[in-house]
Amino acid sequence: MVQVKSLADLQNLKASLQNKLELREKGEKADSLVQIKVAMATCGIASGAKKIMEYFMNELEKRSIGAVVTQTGCMGYCYAEPTVEVKLPNQEPVVFGYVDLKKVDEIIEKYIKNGELVNGIIPVNYETIDDNNK
Amino acid sequence: MHLLVCGGTGCRASASDAIVGKLQKELDEKNLQDEVQVVMTGCFGFCEKGPIVKVLPDNTFYVQVTPDNAKEIIEEHVIKGRKVEHLLYKDPTTKKEISDSKHMGFYKKQLRIALRNCGVINPENIDEAIARDAYSALAKVLGEMTPEQAIQEMIDSGLRGRGGGGFPTGLKWKIALSNKADQKYVVCNADEGDPGAFMDRSILEGDPHSVIEAMAINGYCIGATKGLVYIRAEYPLAIERLKTAIKQAREYGLLGKNILGTGFDFDIELRYGAGAFVCGEETALIHSMEGERGEPTFKPPFPAESGYLGKPTNVNNVETYANIPVIYLKGANWFNKIGTDKSKGTKVFALAGKINNVGLIEVPMGTTLREVIYEIGGGIKDGKKFKAVQTGGPSGGCLTEKHLDTPIDYDNLIASGSMMGSGGMIVMDEDDCMVSIARFYLEFTVEESCGKCSPCRIGNKRLHEQLDVICKGKGTKDDLEKLKNLSLVIKDTSLCGLGQTSPNPVLSTLDNFYHEYIEHVHDKKCRAGVCKDLMKYLIDNEHCVGCTACARVCPVGAIAGERKGPHTIDQTICIKCGACMEKCKFNAISVQ
Repeated sequence: MVQVKSLADLQNLKASLQNKLELREKGEKADSLVQIKVAMATCGIASGAKKIMEYFMNELEKRSIGAVVTQTGCMGYCYAEPTVEVKLPNQEPVVFGYVDLKKVDEIIEKYIKNGELVNGIIPVNYETIDDNNK
Repeated sequence: MHLLVCGGTGCRASASDAIVGKLQKELDEKNLQDEVQVVMTGCFGFCEKGPIVKVLPDNTFYVQVTPDNAKEIIEEHVIKGRKVEHLLYKDPTTKKEISDSKHMGFYKKQLRIALRNCGVINPENIDEAIARDAYSALAKVLGEMTPEQAIQEMIDSGLRGRGGGGFPTGLKWKIALSNKADQKYVVCNADEGDPGAFMDRSILEGDPHSVIEAMAINGYCIGATKGLVYIRAEYPLAIERLKTAIKQAREYGLLGKNILGTGFDFDIELRYGAGAFVCGEETALIHSMEGERGEPTFKPPFPAESGYLGKPTNVNNVETYANIPVIYLKGANWFNKIGTDKSKGTKVFALAGKINNVGLIEVPMGTTLREVIYEIGGGIKDGKKFKAVQTGGPSGGCLTEKHLDTPIDYDNLIASGSMMGSGGMIVMDEDDCMVSIARFYLEFTVEESCGKCSPCRIGNKRLHEQLDVICKGKGTKDDLEKLKNLSLVIKDTSLCGLGQTSPNPVLSTLDNFYHEYIEHVHDKKCRAGVCKDLMKYLIDNEHCVGCTACARVCPVGAIAGERKGPHTIDQTICIKCGACMEKCKFNAISVQ
């Protein structure tokens, strides 16, 4: 792996990684690539998030949908675990709670394929440090 | 187009199910069911103004909607594209309607600084962290600031320790810098032990790089080249992710020798704790890391003078560290505008207990308990009545209705008889017995006391025994006086923070729920029905038909009576299991 040896190195690396992420988000495959994040902290895993993540990966492949499935930390909605964030190309991410295998099916068939939202969305109820410019 | 209807408990109670039905019916009638979808969502958190209906994609936010409004929403908004003005939220100060939820003050209730990357990045991929500014603060500090300047920035930010004590972080660093030594240490306290608290675990699991980066900054500021994370072995996932993160940071050269070409060396090792509560106390933590017994020692000397292996050591908590990179990136003056006069920034709380939205939240200091419980937490479960909220874990206290509008910060919580603690927040309702709650926390401290000093070892044990006697209905009013005196003695004479705060649950419940104690000792009653020894199962002769079902289910044969005649329970045999009451089909058995 490349070593980061100076401030300039870090800035270049950051810029290239941001580009890479942006490409993943808005790049060439913008029409087809779906991003899915599964909350996999202790709370999520205890509620069965691992199974959900596997199922997503398998089913998306079976149904030939180009998607990136990654894990992430706790989103804070412990009452509604397992929680999953789905980001369709060029759209705001949506978080679904109480996800089970049946719900995964519904999310794939309705939301990912047709853009129809399904029951169980958790609305965003916080501000990020980027929104906050006091 | 989507119509989102809140399906949180609060909104459901005010007919959001019927709203969904009505909206759907209207759409079907107008043949719009294919173009517009009605979807039920989780709690918006704005239960006070529920039921909520949100329209996508334009983000229109309707409040206090009734089923009768469904037709209007469809005809006006969906078909004609005109907002239904009288259902919009009115800003309480400007009295103006706000249609886009993004401009509502309510969304600013939570602000994620420490949790900024939790649930956003993949914690096992350093690239995602770097793309979201990880290690940029370290680069800034190493490249542009002297240790003195960096510490001054920390002092200016007003950040106080998030582990509970609330000691100013910058000041702590300044003291550690002023002590000269050939080797100094930076320690991250990840020994989270309060029952119900899991903020530190979530941060380490969701964003380990923020902690690593802040420890390196800390090392540069005080002149330490070694960092240690003291983490409990019962957090295996946090340990694994932290190890992965440290490895990746080393591969990039962000830990190790000559970081970013500045000549600064820093590396981090892990030390595992066995999960003793007292090891959250810094001196006990340091002894545990040295391989000694996890027992506290008298301060001074403070760890900043003589800590790990006798060298100057700076100990900070996980959440404190998670705030630090943002402070350097956005500046002390950004950070110190958030929060209250003496408590700056935000605090993460683990909401638990009888609350609808159990979870992890982060709010600016100065938010009230009411906002946290009712607007973010979604209110009390099953529509029950709020009784108390416990903050600060076993060292804290119970706050009641009258404290709900107190802005949360370090000083206000202490003034109300509790403390910030690490951020566990357990909500209790009318079914919780406050004497039993006090007994529960004492049971915890009795088990966790290290036993070194007698006030804590013996005093807490006696305190627990006394509470147990009261719960069993054998207490007297004199016992309450003794309880209070003993508590004050333990507080005054214990060696470390554990003993000095362990009577707090007793004192705060005595203060706020004295009537419940009186009921226990005087009337021999437990209003919440928790203390089994104070309960009595009784059979009502008028309703009892003599079916014998209760007598057959009773495991100890306490119920006697003729077939088709009224039955009675022998109170001296009854073990209060409640099986008879469950079995009775005629509601003839009640509990008193």
